[in-house]
Amino acid sequence: MGIMNRARIKSPWLLHFDCGSCNGCDIEILAALTPFYDVERFGIVNMGNPKHADVLLVTGPANHRNQRVLSNLYEQMPEPRRVIVVGTCGCTGGVFHNCPNVLGGIDRVIPVDVYIPGCAARPEAIIDGVVLALESIGAHGK
Amino acid sequence: MNTGWLIGTALIAVIAAPLIGGWLKGIDRRLTARMQGRWGPPLLQPFYDVIKLFGKNPMVAGRTQTVFAYAFLGLTVTAVVFFALRQDLLMLLFILFFGSLCLPLGALSVKSPYSQLGGHRELLRFLAYEPILLLAAVPIALKVDGFSITAILEHGEPLLPGLWLTFIALLIALAMVMRKSPFDVSSSEHAHQELVGGVVTEYSGPYLALIELGHWYEMVLVLSVLGLFWAAGSLWWLSIIIALLGWLVILLVDNISARLTWSSMLRFAWGAGIGLIALNIVLIHLGWM
Ligand code: SF4
Repeated sequence: MGIMNRARIKSPWLLHFDCGSCNGCDIEILAALTPFYDVERFGIVNMGNPKHADVLLVTGPANHRNQRVLSNLYEQMPEPRRVIVVGTCGCTGGVFHNCPNVLGGIDRVIPVDVYIPGCAARPEAIIDGVVLALESIGAHGK
Repeated sequence: MNTGWLIGTALIAVIAAPLIGGWLKGIDRRLTARMQGRWGPPLLQPFYDVIKLFGKNPMVAGRTQTVFAYAFLGLTVTAVVFFALRQDLLMLLFILFFGSLCLPLGALSVKSPYSQLGGHRELLRFLAYEPILLLAAVPIALKVDGFSITAILEHGEPLLPGLWLTFIALLIALAMVMRKSPFDVSSSEHAHQELVGGVVTEYSGPYLALIELGHWYEMVLVLSVLGLFWAAGSLWWLSIIIALLGWLVILLVDNISARLTWSSMLRFAWGAGIGLIALNIVLIHLGWM
């Protein structure tokens, strides 16, 4: 593994976008950033800026309103980048699947690399998901 | 001193400064985490971050912006070389100012409102600390008869006992140079605060890495200037300890204080910083220091 891959795995900066979830999974994501789980141990930092981010964490289902914002954020992230969906409603639509305004999972709008199911997903599962996404960067090298 | 020796010293400074700066930054992040009851990232984390940023695809909002990123790094490195070659302190400070000015210029060259606001706040931060840095050279010059770093090093005794007021003023300036609380209006250092990075909002990938490298050089340079206060005489190694102690005080203050608004920052910087230096100059003239 080259030094670049090692650095990429050691330094994932997150962008967190809420597509209109019930907020349950957002709270779990933020819980992972508190001193109790302290994800900065792994070099993970929560960024508010797509231009600085390596990993996009999305919660909630895609709908007609937010798909534009979602793809805009995705396009502003420089490669290599990964998209992680947190929570069942982001994976498939979940409890919102038959709402008239809902398109379904996030993968209807942008390519998704890792799905983390759970309603709500646990912080441990979220950290595992980020690690999985990083391993895929390590494996592909881009 | 022959040319080879000069080039060698400059090269060592250019290579060693970012290594020391990145490592200090790693300790900074670890200590900050411990003060907040967390474990904190590995000590090499800043290096991972910068290497990763160099490996990202470049994306720019405008060409001008990239020029200023290179200029910031280039000029800051030049200032470090000036220090290593023991040149004129005033000249060094002006090069450093010119370099730091590239950041707000780069930020103001793009249209993003975050970047614009960050650029303006950066200029205010400038207004706060530049006079302190510049005026701090005056009492030093009064003591050692001249602005050159060689003169300071060849001055028989350490400067700190006579210039401790100036030293405190420089500590205040250093906190502003490092954009630490309570003086972090321009950056909101972590990018999830209201300015999402301020001056660096629109920089990404390799250009962000250049700016980060520049900050490491900048920090090492200002710490070295602090070290000058004990660099003369036989106990020169104490200067490293003094510089590091000053740096620790800034970290501590960073973690226990909230952010000042720009107007209180300006008032504090000019009142306390410039006041201390002016007092120092008066005391030197009266022969009390
Ligand atoms: S998966 Fe469940 S808990 Fe999570 S955001 Fe969707 S509805 Fe809320």
